[in-house]
Amino acid sequence: MADRERLERFEAHVAAEGKVESDSWMPDAYRKTLVRQISQHAHSEIIGMQPEGNWLTRAPSLRRKAILLAKVQDEAGHGLYLYAAAETLGTSRDEMVDALLAGTAKYSSIFNYPTPTWADIGAIGWLVDGAAIMNQVPLCRCSYGPYARAMKRVCKEESFHQRQGFDILVTLCRGTDEQRAMAQDALNRWWWPSLMMFGPHDTDSPHSEQSMRWRIKRFSNDELRQRFVDVTAPQAAFLGLRIPDDELRYDETAGHWHFGEPDWEEFRRVLSGDGPCNAERLERRTRAHVEGAWVRDAAAAYSAKHAETTAA
Amino acid sequence: MALWEVFVRARGGLHHAHVGSIHATDAEMALENARDVFTRRGEAASLWVVPSDAIVASDPADADELFEPAMDKEYRHPTYYEVPDGVANL
Amino acid sequence: MSPTSEPAALPSVEAVADGCLLVSHRLTEWVGNAPTMEEDVALGNIALDLLGQARGLLSFLGDEDQLAYFRDADKFANPAICASPNGDFARTMLRQVFVDCWLEQVWSTLTEHEAEVVRGVAAKAVKENAYHRRHSRSWVLRLGDGTEESRRRLLLALEELWPLTAEITVPGWRESVTGVLVAATVPVPTAASVDDSAAAACASARRELLAEMQSLARAHPGASW
Repeated sequence: MADRERLERFEAHVAAEGKVESDSWMPDAYRKTLVRQISQHAHSEIIGMQPEGNWLTRAPSLRRKAILLAKVQDEAGHGLYLYAAAETLGTSRDEMVDALLAGTAKYSSIFNYPTPTWADIGAIGWLVDGAAIMNQVPLCRCSYGPYARAMKRVCKEESFHQRQGFDILVTLCRGTDEQRAMAQDALNRWWWPSLMMFGPHDTDSPHSEQSMRWRIKRFSNDELRQRFVDVTAPQAAFLGLRIPDDELRYDETAGHWHFGEPDWEEFRRVLSGDGPCNAERLERRTRAHVEGAWVRDAAAAYSAKHAETTAA
Repeated sequence: MALWEVFVRARGGLHHAHVGSIHATDAEMALENARDVFTRRGEAASLWVVPSDAIVASDPADADELFEPAMDKEYRHPTYYEVPDGVANL
Repeated sequence: MSPTSEPAALPSVEAVADGCLLVSHRLTEWVGNAPTMEEDVALGNIALDLLGQARGLLSFLGDEDQLAYFRDADKFANPAICASPNGDFARTMLRQVFVDCWLEQVWSTLTEHEAEVVRGVAAKAVKENAYHRRHSRSWVLRLGDGTEESRRRLLLALEELWPLTAEITVPGWRESVTGVLVAATVPVPTAASVDDSAAAACASARRELLAEMQSLARAHPGASW
């Protein structure tokens, strides 16, 4: 069957909500896009363990410590599900990890921001996980089977992540003056980066049309960003916190919250490696990988030795 | 580290279902890793790990010849049969 | 038991609670830094189990957060080894074997404690501990019988940690540990004698650990989180 005919069949199948599996024929561009997207997602989960892991040793109550530990652990697990999904497309986990450590692979730039206070842990759960959920729920219906299945698992676990973050902030906002101020300060710093998690404006997003046609993407960046603001603004009001946007107001006619313009220059800078913590994130990850090499080697050596003895 | 496929039988479940895959150097570590990654929420009563390259899968190119012929044999389904009125327990 | 033998030294509930709390904390220091992502998840699980055990016992003794965050370091009753720094992965896993084998005996005893709450915590902990022992044993075997480098690191860890085991006197401990070391092809040392400088180093390590752990809570006394 000629490639052109294959492509037509493929596109018709996908447009009719058919699933693509690892052994199906797929256009090179589809495979490449998915490897890029899924591995970026996996890298984000792993790197994302750092800004929160930072507070594990200082969590201010044993209950919060247990919850945060379970959350950070989930993130490692999500990274694993996603690397496994990407591997079905013909790349190996080692290749992907090497690309991350070499700085040639991207991950969500939201994780390049620091977490100077405990309230940041609340803000990350509420806003960053909230935005992630908004991006991820549509992916559960993605055309690529292994990715869709991984996303279903991730989404089930992710909703606790958002709730625990909001719960932290509820407690802070009902607490001392210092705690309330801590919460407001965290919101001030995390609001705009969270909006930028949805990517640039649709008009500046070259891959979007093809990704939508191939059912990898379901909703546009701007649609999701608007939905996020609509959902989150009332939650901020409940907390008694002020969203740091002078233009934010509810538009009765449109039925949406009107909001201001993110600083796209900052977005581009952080994305290209010039954010506050980019270097630190990679350095930590590299150190863990390099320092763990002798352990992995030992496990492999033991396994080889014992495979021999059982075979004999 | 080799790739292993993980199958979990849920509490109260009837059979093992594929839930994903993990990397490990040997069977013992594979079982432990799978337990840690896939059963944290009380899902499991039993766990299997299988080296990925031990799985023999049907070729999608053969899907038609393998699976189409089963589609037109409705008489294998109970709904094909009309049960006359007045007959019970059939 | 013959009348001339010494009664086995059973740790207090407080010692067990504090021991679990501190080892759990040490393991959380590994999350995000483990040799494999699978191990990040595994160590997270063990840390969570131990934290849960600590919380169960601390709640029995009083207010869990009051005890964890507002007690000074020198009031903690843990065996010194539980506060010992992680070092490399070999040291962490060997420490874990020693602690897991200690807890195996301890939890078994506590399933018969007079307080129902403690019996409840112990019953759950016995199962969790079985998995922890399995995990730490798996790693010590792979490190002892892996590569030359892993073996070297494990033997060094043994040299450094062994003096701290003098404090562990629960019956059955030595047999369990011997089993693991033998399977790991590591020579089993003779019983350790108390080493004051090793113990002092752990007390110092504990002060540092608690200074970090308690820092935020103490910065806002009376606040809820």
